[in-house]
This record gives sequence, structure tokens and C-alpha cells, in this order.
Amino acid sequence: MEMMSGAEMVVRALKDVGVKYVFGYPGGAVLDIYDALFRQDEVKHILVRHEQGASHMADGYARSTGDTGTVLVTSGPGATNTLTGIATAYMDSIPMVILSGQVPSMHIGEDAFQETDMVGCSRPIVKHSFLVKKAEDIPVAIAKAYYIANSGRPGPVVIDLPKDIVNIQESHPYEFPENIDIRSYNPTAKGHNKQIKKAAEALKAAKRPVFYVGGGAIAADSSADIIALAEQFNAPVTNTLMGLGAFPGTHPQFVGMLGMHGTLEANKTMHNADCILALGARFDDRVTNNVAKFCPHANIIHVDVDPASISKTVNAHIPIVGSVEKVIEQLKPHVKDITPETQKEKLADWWQQIEQWRSRKCLSYKTSDEVIKPQQVIESLYKHTNGEAFVSSDVGQHQMFAALYYPFDKPRQWINSGGLGTMGFGLPAAMGVQFAHPDAISAVVTGDGSIQMNIQELSTCLQYNLPIKIISLNNRALGMVRQWQDMIYKGRHSHSYMESMPDFVKLAEAYGHVGIKVDHPSELDDAMARCMAMKDKLVFMDIAVDQNEHVYPMQIKFGAMDEMRLSKTERT
Amino acid sequence: MIKRRILSVLLENEPGALSRIMGLFSQRGYNVDSLCVATTADPSLSRLTITTQCDDKVIEQITKQINKLVDVFKVSDLTDGDHVERELMLVKVATPTEQVRAEIKRSVDIFRGQIVDVSPRNYTIQVTGPSDKLDALLRTLSESADVTEASRTGVCGLARGEKSLKI
Ligand SMILES: Cc1ncc(C[n+]2csc(CCOP(=O)(O)OP(=O)(O)O)c2C)c(N)n1
Repeated sequence: MEMMSGAEMVVRALKDVGVKYVFGYPGGAVLDIYDALFRQDEVKHILVRHEQGASHMADGYARSTGDTGTVLVTSGPGATNTLTGIATAYMDSIPMVILSGQVPSMHIGEDAFQETDMVGCSRPIVKHSFLVKKAEDIPVAIAKAYYIANSGRPGPVVIDLPKDIVNIQESHPYEFPENIDIRSYNPTAKGHNKQIKKAAEALKAAKRPVFYVGGGAIAADSSADIIALAEQFNAPVTNTLMGLGAFPGTHPQFVGMLGMHGTLEANKTMHNADCILALGARFDDRVTNNVAKFCPHANIIHVDVDPASISKTVNAHIPIVGSVEKVIEQLKPHVKDITPETQKEKLADWWQQIEQWRSRKCLSYKTSDEVIKPQQVIESLYKHTNGEAFVSSDVGQHQMFAALYYPFDKPRQWINSGGLGTMGFGLPAAMGVQFAHPDAISAVVTGDGSIQMNIQELSTCLQYNLPIKIISLNNRALGMVRQWQDMIYKGRHSHSYMESMPDFVKLAEAYGHVGIKVDHPSELDDAMARCMAMKDKLVFMDIAVDQNEHVYPMQIKFGAMDEMRLSKTERT
Repeated sequence: MIKRRILSVLLENEPGALSRIMGLFSQRGYNVDSLCVATTADPSLSRLTITTQCDDKVIEQITKQINKLVDVFKVSDLTDGDHVERELMLVKVATPTEQVRAEIKRSVDIFRGQIVDVSPRNYTIQVTGPSDKLDALLRTLSESADVTEASRTGVCGLARGEKSLKI
């Protein structure tokens, strides 16, 4: 058996589980591991500028590939700096493994220098965690962590590594487990046959069906199956914020995103449906609005790998525990007799109704000759990237504009913090995407507030030549906060305006990148074209947009799904 | 309808496993009325009995959330099925006079308890049974004497008959 130190075991086990990139930052407790990293070149380490950045990079890497992202940080502050990133990944069920250094075993509990109980701190925001006690246990812990992170409902897993067990002075036998068996953990993938039959009957009987598709559909790589099923049934399809791209944004059956800032047609279709097929979605409060008024006519079929997601907020009539991909496969033989032709006839009235909602054109907006509208920027981005870019987003109005005005046709193309809503996620996530897809366009849509929450990573971009395209919608305000203050607090803008904005162009240049300032609608398209033409440069587009624009449509609080404001003056 | 529930959980006997379950209760806003935990006949496993007050929807969520934890094998809700539940209580009461001593002895006998320690000024009593029996004894004792302190184990329970939680 091969003999090696604990530190070498860590690196070797990462290689053996197939890790290509580790996003991290060194410190006392992990110096041995860093030394082991130095003496090999199979596992690539990316040196970030802040551990939160590392966690979002690993997350963006994972979201854009489906592979597990990896983070390596030191104990104490290094570990706690990743907590926001861990919570972000947890809320969106993203597979990620966080290796954190820990003080030597004999000093745990003594408030030693840079000691924090990382397992304890992260407990409510991880799928599982390990505190490794012996060097011999390292390979098994790592193998288990990657298996847990990326099976069932994926999520982040923490591995805490006390410094003494990774000591480079000591050798231990290395054995990587061939099979992983965790006797208490057996995620179900296949649905229950009786339930599948019931679902098939309900779908066949439906006169006003809708497919409601969430992030779970992307995790299960089930886009092709969903498209086929939706076309067979001629059903309208709506995606959640997390599900964008799972069903193509330009497909004629797509009625848009649903929920708080969903389209009128998506929310109307849901509210009036007689049968909802929920695929990997979790009926979260940003979708349902008032649960008591939620979709009163619908027979709800809920497919999810996580039994705890089913009937948590809204009761499912036909619950099916299983992965979206497996369940659709099981469903197929029961719906063989359904053809798009007969469905077209059967759903003619339903589609006529939907077309009427669509004709309201809820996403139309007025352009101006003087000031750039944020929606326009996203449309220009779409045009100049042929709709093919990976678009990562921060959190705020710009996020909603990106979700609504950039139709995503492919899963994993849209990368955003949906569940936690983490400002500062966008840039590092886009970097993770770029590492995974070096030849693709990796763009970030961000705001003047969000971009300043992890702006230090511009330095990492320079170090690794990442040609990210930063599309910053600069409205000189925390726009989404301001929008709520306009609507609910009579326009009292309490601390939602930022004085002393930096000169973002100079800032980009200071970090060694290109900055472009755009102030006028007439310059927008040209500037966007120039930005995209600089293929091997990071370009920071500082685009001055209308400060007074609100995101519409918007659900009215305590109302049904389809009770919405359509503009500053109109409502449903 | 809110009612008392007894959950029985079989989990890996590993550091951190218990804190994950307890964390889940506080994190999701569920109450714990009592908790009883120890290793099983198989020393690699622990068994946990939790009592809580909640409605059907919440108990379904609690059960599912506990089941989701990686080191949990099985969760079962004993409440509605036929089951045995027991709790053990130790109570210390002051015994200033002969009359009080006699009175206490009578109550302890009625409740099938035992006096397990005697000192010049107090008795320590042990009693087992369902929680309401323990409550009743405690009430009775405090009517005739000063209860100095009481320690209860929390409920532990098993389903009756063939049913069992095993891996
Ligand atoms: C870390 C964090 N802090 C606070 C918030 C609350 N929040 C949500 S949107 C928003 C404003 C975002 O401003 P900006 O990035 O400029 O985007 P805009 O809304 O103007 O497009 C704030 C403060 C958050 N989501 N995340």
C-alpha cells in the first residue's frame, strides 16, 4: 500500500474523486495541504482574494457543469468567510465540498488561535459534515463527502481537518474506497408506480394543464425529457427563477417565469390551471404568494427527490418522491396513447385563453431618447451573445431584468442565487463558470451595490486571465430596496442611495482590465459589441440606467398568484 | 389539531448526530418537550425518543426533515399506534415529621414507586410510568410535603407487538 502524509492524502483523494479545480486561500491550519498541492499539478488550485469568493466560484463551477465544486480554506476566519457561500449553495441545492482546516485535535475546545467550531457553525446550512479524527479516515471521508454532495437532493458538505492529522512529517497507508456505502443514506430516485399511474391519469384528464419546472429539473439533467413530454401534451410550461433554461425560453409553449416577478401569463396560467405538474420545484413563497389563495382549481402533482419538499407549503394531491428524470421515464409508458394532435384539439380553448393573457405584453416598456432603460441593456446583451452566454447574476432589480429579458434556452446557462438572494454572488460565480467553460462567454449582470460586495475578485480574474464580461446596471442606488420604498414607504429612500460611487472604469483599469462607460441609449449597442469583441479581456461595462425604473409585473402581497401590478399605475 | 407526539429515531451513534437532530428542531422552530437518548443493543446505533406538541402537518415535516439527515436510519411516530411509553423520575422530598414520612410512604406505594434513599431529613423516591402518572405523583407529594427536587428522564417508547425499528 502507498504511504503518504495526511496532507498528501487530501490532495490525492481529491484527484481520485475527479476534482479538477480547488478554489481556496491558505492559512496556518492548511499549510501542510498547501505544501502537498505545490508538489503536484493534477489538482489545480485557484487563489482567490476572499474566501467568500472561493465559495461562490466553486458554486458557479458546480451550477454550470453539474459537477461538485471544491473549496479549501484555513480554520477560523477562513472557514467562517465561506458561510455565506455555503448557505447560498444549500438553499439552491448545489453540490459543493468545503475543506476547512482546524486547529490540532489536542487543542480543539481550548479557544486556540483561529479556532472556530466549523462543524457547528455550518450545521444548519450543510447537507452533512465530517470532523476527521485520524489521517487514515481522510480518503473515506472525502469519498463520502463527494457522494453525499452530489446524490439525492444535492447540497454542500463540510470536511473539517485538524492540523495534526494532515501533518507532512507522518506517513500512513493510503487506500481509496472502491465503493461507498453509507448504510443510513439511500436517496430514492425512482417514483412509486401507483403514484405514477395516478399522475398519468390526472394529466390525461386535464383540460387546463401546466408544467411548473424548477431547479430540480436542472439538477436531474432532465430538460430533453421535459421538452418531449410538454410537446406530447401540448402543455404550457413555466420555469421558476431556479429553473430558467430547463425548458427553453424561446419555445412557443413557454409562458415565462412565474412568481413574484413572473409574467402575467405564467401566473394566470398557474392560477387557472386544473392540473399542475410540478417538476423539481418547491412551491416557495416567492412563487405562491398567499398560499391560502393558491391555484384553487388545480389537481397538484408534485415530483421531487426530497420528500420534505412535498406538501411543505402547498398540499400535493399526487406526491411523487423521485428524481424528475426517472419519474418522467416511468411516466412514458402510461401516456403512450397521448398525441400532440389530439391534445391540440383538446387544449384549444386553454391556449386561446393563454394567448389572450399573452397579448397584454406584460414585459413591454417605454424606451427613452435620453436615458438607458435596464431592460434594454439585457436585450442588447442577448443580441450580442446570440442568446448563448452563461449569464451569472447578482441580486436586485438587475437580476429580475436578466431573468425576464434574456430568454435562456439551455439549462445551466443562468446562474443565480435564487434561494438565499446573495448580493456579491455574481462575479465569483461567473469566474467559476469561466474556469469550467474557458471558451464560452461568461457574463455577469450586476448592480452598483452588488458588484462592490466581491469586487476584490477582479484581481483573481487578472491572475488567471478570465475574460469575464461585467454588465453593471448602474442606477446609483440599491434599486430593489428603493423600489420597495417607493411602493410601500411612500418614497422614503432610507439608505438605499449610495454616495461616493467609485469610478468603475478606473477601478477596472486599476485591476488591469478594460472599463467602458455608457451613458446614452445611442451608445449602448455599439459599446456592447465592442465589449463582446474583446474576447480575451475582462471588460467592465458601467452602464448608467434609469434610476426610477421598477421591475414589473409584481405580485400584490397577500393576493393570489395572479394578482399583480403591471406598471406603476396599472394592476390586474 | 395540536397534540402530543412521540417520535422514535434510530441513528448512527456518532459525534454530531444528536446535535444535528436538535439543531433541526430549533432551526425550524419545532418545540422539544422531552428527549431521551442512549445507545442500543448494537453499540454503533443510538435510539432517540422525542416528545413534542404539534399538528399533523408539522409532524409530517418534522418526520421528513429528520429522515433526511444523513445519519438517520428510521423515524417512527409512535403516537397513534399501539405503544408502550415509560419515563423514570427521581424525586427528593423533605421529611420533617413521622406523619409526613407515613403519608409519603402511602402515596409511593399507591403509585408503585420505591424509596431508594433515606436520610434523616429526606427521602429519595423512584417511580416509572407514563408521564401523566409521574405528574400525578408529583402533585400528590407536593400536597403533603416539600418537594426539594425532581429529575426526569424524558419519555422513551416502543411500539407494541411485532413492529420494530431496525436497520
Ligand atoms: C448580502 C445581501 N445584503 C442585502 C440584501 C438585500 N438587498 C436585496 S436587493 C438589494 C439592492 C441591490 O442593489 P444593486 O446591487 O445596486 O442592484 P439593483 O437592485 O439596483 O439592480 C439589497 C440591498 C441582499 N440581497 N444580500
